[in-house]
Amino acid sequence: MSPNYIAKRLVMIVYTLFIVSLIVFAITQILPADAAVMMLGENATQDALAALRENMGLNAPVWQQYAIWLGHVLQGDLGTSLRTGQPVGPVMFEALGRSLLLAFLSIGLMLVLAIPLGIIAAVRRGKIADMVVSLISYAGVALPEFVTATVAVLVFADLMKWLPPTGYVPLTENFAGGIAHLVLPVCVISVILIAHVSRMVRSELVDVLHTDYIRAARLKGISRGQVLRRHALRNALLPTITIVALDVGYLLGGVIVVEEIFAIPGIGRQLIVAIQARDLPAIQAGVLIMAATYSIVNFIADILYAWLDKRIQYG
Amino acid sequence: MADFIKRLLRTPQGAIGVLLVLLVLVIVLFGPMLAPHDPETLAPLTRYKGPSAAYWLGTDQYGRDIFSRLLIGARATVVMAVLATIAGTLLGAFVGTTSAFLGGRADELIMRTIDAVMSIPSLLFALLVVNLLGSSTVNALIAVAIAFAPGMARITRSVALSVRKQDYVNAAVARGESSAYIILREMLPNVIAPIIVEMTIRISFAVMLFATLSFLGLGAQPPAAEWGLMVSEARRYMHLSAGILIWPSVAIAVVAVGFNLLGDGLRDALNPRT
Repeated sequence: MSPNYIAKRLVMIVYTLFIVSLIVFAITQILPADAAVMMLGENATQDALAALRENMGLNAPVWQQYAIWLGHVLQGDLGTSLRTGQPVGPVMFEALGRSLLLAFLSIGLMLVLAIPLGIIAAVRRGKIADMVVSLISYAGVALPEFVTATVAVLVFADLMKWLPPTGYVPLTENFAGGIAHLVLPVCVISVILIAHVSRMVRSELVDVLHTDYIRAARLKGISRGQVLRRHALRNALLPTITIVALDVGYLLGGVIVVEEIFAIPGIGRQLIVAIQARDLPAIQAGVLIMAATYSIVNFIADILYAWLDKRIQYG
Repeated sequence: MADFIKRLLRTPQGAIGVLLVLLVLVIVLFGPMLAPHDPETLAPLTRYKGPSAAYWLGTDQYGRDIFSRLLIGARATVVMAVLATIAGTLLGAFVGTTSAFLGGRADELIMRTIDAVMSIPSLLFALLVVNLLGSSTVNALIAVAIAFAPGMARITRSVALSVRKQDYVNAAVARGESSAYIILREMLPNVIAPIIVEMTIRISFAVMLFATLSFLGLGAQPPAAEWGLMVSEARRYMHLSAGILIWPSVAIAVVAVGFNLLGDGLRDALNPRT
């Protein structure tokens, strides 16, 4: 892995965020919402509206508005919410923290379950264990988050009363309570990820197990378990890094739905509130932060992959 | 063709997938004729009924027959998802093939831009577009189509790149055919098979995305019998009768599993090697 490669990937992130900023700005420009009306209300006088528009720079050409907005963003100022009058940046980043906690726990649970499931299915290919895993993964991929979330609330909160139905408690305030509130959302988010990743692990491992070097290792007289652990898994699990990183895009979409259903004040819920209120600066900031998160995760995954790939040793 | 269908039906995925998709097709075509009750008539006396001879799957919070609503809602949910996927696929296939044909700098620029668009989660993208255009079924269709195009473009490009190297494309270039002719007449027809596989699997994502949009209040509007909307409306009454929630969920899952299995079956049938 050369410094050149890292530099190239960094340039790509900058380009990505530039394109996203263009898209976001274009979309919010076409949105039929007048920022001045949003701030002063429907009953404001024409004079007051005109004065505020002039003041906010809404009369300037679109490209100029974009340049000013981008300049502010580059200086770390994501704008002021039309809804609350507060700066958008701190609110969004605080919300992002809660979403990331949710996302990391979900990815953790997924890795703990999906990789063993995929390995079992591949090793026992065509047997009952394989079919059970296939069945789980088809069911998981076929149920949207809002269905699993609603059913989970019905079963585990309303009927069994094991867990709280909705809400969010900061872990620093009440650790046990906070975890209890996170169990259902984390499980719901990981269902689709588990389904997808276990299927990928299975197909990668099946491919690897059919290669010549695995056959050679077996012919050398190494036991099946040894071959699996020391030769097959390393090669089969490597592409999983890329798959998980790409799934983060899906995860962030799922987070929006799950946060809405479980009333978790994360970035997804902030975005839905912002979209419903047509709070343009908040929408711009939220989408930009989400895209940045996705790009950075994929950057790290690519670097990790390149680094691991160079150093694979059979030791 | 007969040989292909035989191969498709030989795998369990293909056979079950074909069966489920055919079932969905029948419901979409004939559902409104088969429905035993009117889907929107309110009947306060028959609310929250369990399954019975008159109401096969019971009734909902307004006393409407759930079975009839599912049969009629199939069109809103499935047809829209199929149309959106086709539109997104066509758009993506065109961009991907063009990018592969142009190659070099232009290809690099198009692909990096597509990567950038894909960094916005498709649900968020759809939410933004629907909010921009106003919440309605047609706008949701446009939103899902646009959200799917970049992914399809990426897949098409990788397939098209291998087609680009084939001799018949070089021959067309040597004959002096126009770029549009080569892209549309020589390349697109040869990248279609893998795209159809991908499209079939994506229909199940589209069904879920549509249902999610309706669930969040940005797709179909009440009293429509759209399945996602039915789940959304059932949330407040689910502790009174779980059936209101369960049946539309099952319907969504059946369609999603069906198209998923069919896609996997098609891939195996097109690729006899594995």
